[in-house]
Formats: sequence, C-alpha cells, structure tokens
Amino acid sequence: MTTLNINGKSHKIDLPTDTPLLWALRDYVGLTGTKFGCGMSLCGACTIHLDGQPVRSCVTPVSAAVGKVIVTIEAIGQDAIGKKIQEAWLALGVPQCGYCQSGQIMAATALLKQKPEPTDADIDTAMSGNICRCGTYPRIRSAIKQAAGIKEIKP
Amino acid sequence: MNKPIDPIELNTNVGNVDGNIEIANISRRAFIKNMALTGFVLAAGFPSLTKADEIAPPTEKGKYGADGMPNGWVDNPLIFVAIAADGMVTIVCHRSEMGQGVRTSLPMVVADELEADWKQVRVEQAPGNEPRYGNQDTDGSRSMRHFFLPMRRVGAAARTMLESAAAAKWKVPVQDVRAEQHHVLHPATGRKLGYGELAKAAAKLPVPASETLRLKNPADFRYIGKGKTALYDGKDMVTGQAQYGIDIHLKDMLYAVIARPPVFGGKVLNYDAKEALKVKGVISVIELKGSPMPANFNPLGGIAVIASNTWAAIQGRKALKIEWDKGPNGTYDSVTYKTELEAAARKPGKVVRSNGDVDTALQGAAKRVEAEYYIPHLAQAPMEPPAATARIVKGKCEIWSCTQAPQVSRESVAKWLKLAEDDVTIHVTLLGGGFGRKSKPDYVVEAALLSQAMKGKPVKVTWTREDDLQHSYFHTVSIERLEAGLDAQGKAIAWLHRTVAPSISSTFGPDSKHQTPSELGMGAINVPYTIANLRIENPEAEAHTRIGWFRSVYNIPHAFAIQSFVTELAVAAGRDPKDFLLDLIGPPRRINPDTLGDAWNYGESPDLYPVDTGRLRGVIEAAAKESGWGRTLPKGHGLGIAAHYSFVTYVAVVVEVSVDESGKLRIPRIDVAVDCGPQVNPERIRSQIEGACIMGVSLATLGEISFKDGAVMQDNFHNYQLTRMDDAPYEIRVHLLPPTDFNTPLGGVGEPGLPPIAPALCNAIFAATGQRIRQLPIMDQLRKD
Repeated sequence: MTTLNINGKSHKIDLPTDTPLLWALRDYVGLTGTKFGCGMSLCGACTIHLDGQPVRSCVTPVSAAVGKVIVTIEAIGQDAIGKKIQEAWLALGVPQCGYCQSGQIMAATALLKQKPEPTDADIDTAMSGNICRCGTYPRIRSAIKQAAGIKEIKP
Repeated sequence: MNKPIDPIELNTNVGNVDGNIEIANISRRAFIKNMALTGFVLAAGFPSLTKADEIAPPTEKGKYGADGMPNGWVDNPLIFVAIAADGMVTIVCHRSEMGQGVRTSLPMVVADELEADWKQVRVEQAPGNEPRYGNQDTDGSRSMRHFFLPMRRVGAAARTMLESAAAAKWKVPVQDVRAEQHHVLHPATGRKLGYGELAKAAAKLPVPASETLRLKNPADFRYIGKGKTALYDGKDMVTGQAQYGIDIHLKDMLYAVIARPPVFGGKVLNYDAKEALKVKGVISVIELKGSPMPANFNPLGGIAVIASNTWAAIQGRKALKIEWDKGPNGTYDSVTYKTELEAAARKPGKVVRSNGDVDTALQGAAKRVEAEYYIPHLAQAPMEPPAATARIVKGKCEIWSCTQAPQVSRESVAKWLKLAEDDVTIHVTLLGGGFGRKSKPDYVVEAALLSQAMKGKPVKVTWTREDDLQHSYFHTVSIERLEAGLDAQGKAIAWLHRTVAPSISSTFGPDSKHQTPSELGMGAINVPYTIANLRIENPEAEAHTRIGWFRSVYNIPHAFAIQSFVTELAVAAGRDPKDFLLDLIGPPRRINPDTLGDAWNYGESPDLYPVDTGRLRGVIEAAAKESGWGRTLPKGHGLGIAAHYSFVTYVAVVVEVSVDESGKLRIPRIDVAVDCGPQVNPERIRSQIEGACIMGVSLATLGEISFKDGAVMQDNFHNYQLTRMDDAPYEIRVHLLPPTDFNTPLGGVGEPGLPPIAPALCNAIFAATGQRIRQLPIMDQLRKD
C-alpha cells in the first residue's frame, strides 16, 4: 500500500509501485480528468503537476510521486494562475473536443508560474509537448497571453 | 399530426447516468443532473417516456438532404424538449459531440425558437435510437445542415404550446399573447407566466402541425447567427469534469486491452497466456474470433487481456506469446503499392466523365503539362483513442461509448449478441475527437463480446495509441495523374485526370477496385471548369487494409492534386495563379451537378444546391483580398492559393510560408474564406475552420501511415507525427462571407475547410522556393543540409 498526496488529500493506493501515476489516478482514484493519449510521454494529455513541475503521468511511476504534492486538472482551479488560465480558455472558446485541454491547461499554468509574461518562443517551448488534434493552437497561444495580461496578442 | 401525450411523472432514470447502478466516479455534472431531474414534475416529454412507435413518422420524406438519410429527421417537441416546474428546460441533442460544438449549437437553435433563456437550459445527450430521434450518424458535415430546420420547428412547436396554454388560462385569444425569454406575456394586461408554471398545462395540448408553425423572423433571433453562446461543455472541459468514452467507470468494472492481428485479414494461429496470467491484476485471457472479410464494422478478433486496471491489462498483453497467420494481405507493402498505383495511372482507365475530345486537343496543344501527386494512407488519430464499456444484465446490453454512429453501434451489437435492438442501449459520451474513426463501431462490438464472455460484467475496452494507429480504418492512398494542354495564349484547352485510389466500398463488400460515385463526386468528377475537352478516368486500385472515412475523405487527394496542378498550369502559362484559377472557373453560373457527371452532390438536391461558380469565385476573391494577394514579401516567403467546393460549401485559402536557407518551413499566416450559407454559430464555424487549417498542415507536412509485410510501420506519435504548437500556422484569419439570409440552404462546416490547405501550402512553398512538392508528406523534402 502506497500513500499519495493528490489535490491536497491523502490516498492509499494498492497497486504495484511501478504502475504509471496516470492509471493510478484514472482507474484507482477515479480522477479521469487526466487523459491517456500515447503512454510514451509524446502528447502531453496526461500532464499533471508534481511538486509544481509539469510531468507526464503516463511515464511517471507511482513510486516517484511518494512524498510529493500531486495536483491534477480537477484541482488546478484552486490555484490563482490555474483559475486565470481556465477563465481565458473559456473566454476565447479554446476547446473543441476538449480532450487534450486538461494537459494543455496544466502545461500553460506551469508556464505562467515560471514566466509570468512569456514570449512566443517561451510558449512554443512550454506547449509543443502537448498535441491538439482539433487544432486549437492559435487560441491556446492567445489564451495564455490573455491570462498573462499581455495586451498584444497579434504578432 | 402527433398524438398528445399525457403528463407523466418523470423518473430520474434517464440519460447517460443510470439510476440503478453505481457510477464509481460520479461526476459533478452527473450529480447536478440528477438533482435537477428530481425537480421535474411535468414535462412535455422525455427520452424514457415516449415509445418510438407512439410517434407519427415524419411526413414528406424525399430523397435529398435529411430526408435521404437512414431514419431521416424528427421534429416532435415531445422528443426533444422537457420543461420542469422550476422552469428548467431540457433539450435533447441527438448528434455526437466531437469538437464541432454540436451540443451547443443544435440546442441553441431550439432554445432560440422556444424563446428559452439559455441560462435555464440544460442539454441531455440522446442514446442511439434513430427511429426516435432521426438520423444520428455524426459525419458528412451534416448536423446543422440537416437539423437546423427540424430543430427550429421543435422550438417553435413547444413555444406555441406554451403560448396556447397561457392564452387558455387567461381566456384570451392566442394571438394576443407572446413568448419572451422563458415567459409568456399578455401585453394588454401586463400579465405574465413563467415556462415552469405553464409546462403542465402545455404538455396536455396537442402538438401543432408543422405547417401551422410560426418560425421566428431571423431579425428576432437571440442566439442563432450571433456566435455569443458559451460552449455548453466548456466549463466541464477545462476543469477535468467532462466525461469521454474512455472515462467511464462502473462498479466492479473490468479493464481490457486486445492484441489484434497485425495484418488485416490475419488471425491467431496459437497463443500462450501463461506469462500474461502471472501479471498482477490480470484476471482472464480470452480469444476473440476474427471476422471474415469484408471488414464492415466487425471486430478484428485477437487475444483480449482482462484485468483489474488498464495498466495491468497492457502489461498482460505484453506478456502474451502469439503466433499469427498473416492471411491474404501479408505482403502489402506501401513502396511496392505506390509503383502499382503509378503504373495504373499511366494507362487508360474506366472513363467516368468525358467532354469534347481530349486526345485531339492535347495533340494540338501549344504546351502540355503533366504531373503526378501522391498522398499516403493517414490515420485519424483522435486524441481520445477508441474506447467502449459494455454490461449485460438479464439479456439487456448497455454500452457507454464515444461513437459517431450510435444507431449503427446499436445494430452491430444487437447482431453480434443476437439480441433485439430494443435490448441494446447505447449511451453516447463526449468524443475526444472523431474525424471519421469513431463512425466505425468495431470497438463497441469488442466491449459487448468481452462483457458477454465475462458473464455480463462491465468491461471497458481501451485502445492504446499503438492500437489506434495500427488498426484504424485508414484514409485511402492515392496517385492522381493530371495532364493538360494550353493553347498559344496560355488558356487550358484539354484536361485529363486519372484518379487511382482504393475505395471505402471495399470495407463493406467485394472490392470493385473503383471509386464509388460519391468518392469521385468529392472534387474529382465535378470540377466546374470551362475547359472544352475534359476526361476523368478511374483506373483500378485494390484495397489491402480497412479503408475508411477521414475528415473530408476523397476530397483530400482530389483537391491536393487539382489545386496544385492549377497553379502549375498557371506557372506554365506565365499567369498569376489566382487569375488563372478564376479564368478556369469562368463567369458566375449555377451548374446542375448532374451535368458535371455528379449525381450525388453530397446527397443534396441539385436545385437547392447547384454548383455555384459565383460563390466559388466569391471565396477566392475574398481570400485574395484579405491576404493581400500580390503583396511584396520578404525574401524566402511565398503565397499560395487553392479553392475547393465540398460538403456543399465553398472555401478558398491563401497560405503564407517562409522557408529559410536550411529549408525550415514556417507558416506565419493563413487567410481562409468560407461561404457555407447561413451561419448558425459563427464562432464555432471559425473554430472548425481554424482546426481544419491545422489538420491540413499536419497531413501535408507529416502525415503518413505506411505498410510493410502487411502491417502498419507507425505505432505512436514519434513516428506518426502531428503538427505541434511550434510548427502550427502562427495566425489563422477566417473570413466568413456575409450570409444571404436564413432561408437559403446551409452548407457543411466540419470538413470543407480541410481539402484546400495542403495544395495552398505546397503552392506557397513553390512561390517561396521554386520547389514543387507532389508527394506528401513534405517531411524533410525541403531540407538543404
């Protein structure tokens, strides 16, 4: 039995500790907001925060999260920056199918925590690990800038 | 025409959440749903209340539009609207949400005609049941095109019933009252009643006949055409609460992944599950029989691993030892196959349209131009891979799945489980993308078969990304060969197009080796060009894998070839590509598609939906103007243009690229002009077109599924790459042509943005570099190092 701190609560997990955090969250804890997209850290759909850092939960074993603070999309709105990102996402109508947006929002929130006023190059670097098949990238870029309070959203 | 329905106490057992079972991770939204429903004392009607056979079938069935689709349309408000005593209006959405915004846009149409306050509207997803709801195949860019009018009538009929109920209560003539924002008013006396107060009496009234309904004057629309309505599922999506097919959790649910035959048509020779069964969490290993070809919507068969969680099932599958029989497609090889397609394209084939005398005109031409274009197989790769959960209790099967085809899923499961259709319920979840993949419910049948094998226990089948990329119903692969003759003035006088691509019909029956009329009608046969001598041929191509629908389908190769070739011809003629394209199209005229050899025309009436060259010219001129066509560009930049008619919508696009000295491609800007007729939700139209631009860039630059020894060579996003943020177009400017009025027919939106992107991109690359790309994907063809 492993104990994990997820979204401010303690959860006992009875899974082999090499199980990826993604499946512990989804199948065991029942937090399905974190999405499966590739299983190989290639698409970013499973992005969560581990001690404030964005990580791909599909390749992060449960053992690596013990004693650390796990935050998922379900709780990111309790963070001031996370909430701003969510609001910008809604204001600009970013989601299409919405499936990748959990990971996009977790990645964008981590970016703004590190760089409150990101440049386009910063956005490219932080967000290019997250695939959106619907093609919402231009709106994601604009929403990040809006959340950051950057007025000029055109090149 | 419809029988009045007695008021009935609503139970809470509706929708996607079944009151009889425990949903382990009951979502916030589901919880609120149930709370809201307990407040319902009375409603006009609701899914579990009215049997389909109590509803009069829609009249005036014809052969075009929604009339021509299986199970047509339904416009009965008792099916689509429920009003609770507290005034909450529930509107049923019967089409699948996969990112196009349909769960916002269709209910918004009902709400507008109903004069409902959107803040007091909730949306309920219909289960698969076409006799009850009308056609539910969410494909072909049809949802709004086919259901705008029926949904307007639904809202108008419900509004009329509420007005009649109020008038009767006040004992005043019905024409003296009017509905306005969730109330009915009697202006003469200033009285008003809320919808919740009127619902009980309204529900006792007969449903007014369609022909007596007063539809709103479009000038009075509150939501339609405004683009101001927030995305209904938006908040759930950004907070992780939205439920997709892969998110379903039932009590005591088992998790399955399946090892499927690597080669289509192959089967298991023998297998050893000993090591798999040792994996902690693995419960059972089950062989699923394959299906004889053709593929249809049948499962592929294979070895299923059932476990207590998804990861254990995946680990168990890795530990399986399986020997496969590759079957008849074991030698399918994309390199060899391409040369076969090229050989076919260089010989005469079946003539599918012929005007004038192409051969003579070509011989007499001052200049001849020929080119061959190649687009490989593609996988739809929705971010949510296919997933389905099934449970069988007392001979009744319930499914939860992300499906574009709820009714087809129901029929398929009923067939495989040998159940009556009434004993199969398909709950439709949100779809994490579809793009045509989720129109084929093979994965839904897998879940049903595995639940059956596990004595009815709930089983969720999850496809991994490897499964998704290797076992899709792939976009076709094609060689398009074009040859044209120009006269001394540079005018095109002859056009010969050979289109060679395996047909989707091979998935459903014996392989005719020819494209169907609808496949040819996707931009190959129906070119509206003013060329006197024109011939389209369709040589044979045999399918060796499951070929299926991919967003915009055969328009992709046809538009890529034709729109690339038009710019090639313009260059050969020394003309501006935009001017040359406009000259080819000729003056504005409304052409009966039959006269272009296209009797299909997306299933729409040739009278209502002629090929309108004026509209095609309109989008080209708009895209050119908005993009500053002809402007001076920095070194290494270029503009390319393309235009295409598909899904009865007109789209033109100008792409700006830059290619640096190392060959690095960037796309600073795309201007795309769209004429889709009336715009019901312009904001979602824009988002669909933006997405189509990026998908078009993705398939042009990176998209390729290839086969070797019968099996797909790509297995995840490192070798089947998709465009990411850093390589996406930086700015996409969508220009919606001003709509005429809401009485003109609607065009499609989800797909028509895609076809012109790849050719416009390659035309821009040519303008920037002089290098002509005829084979997709571009990959590193531009690299100089």
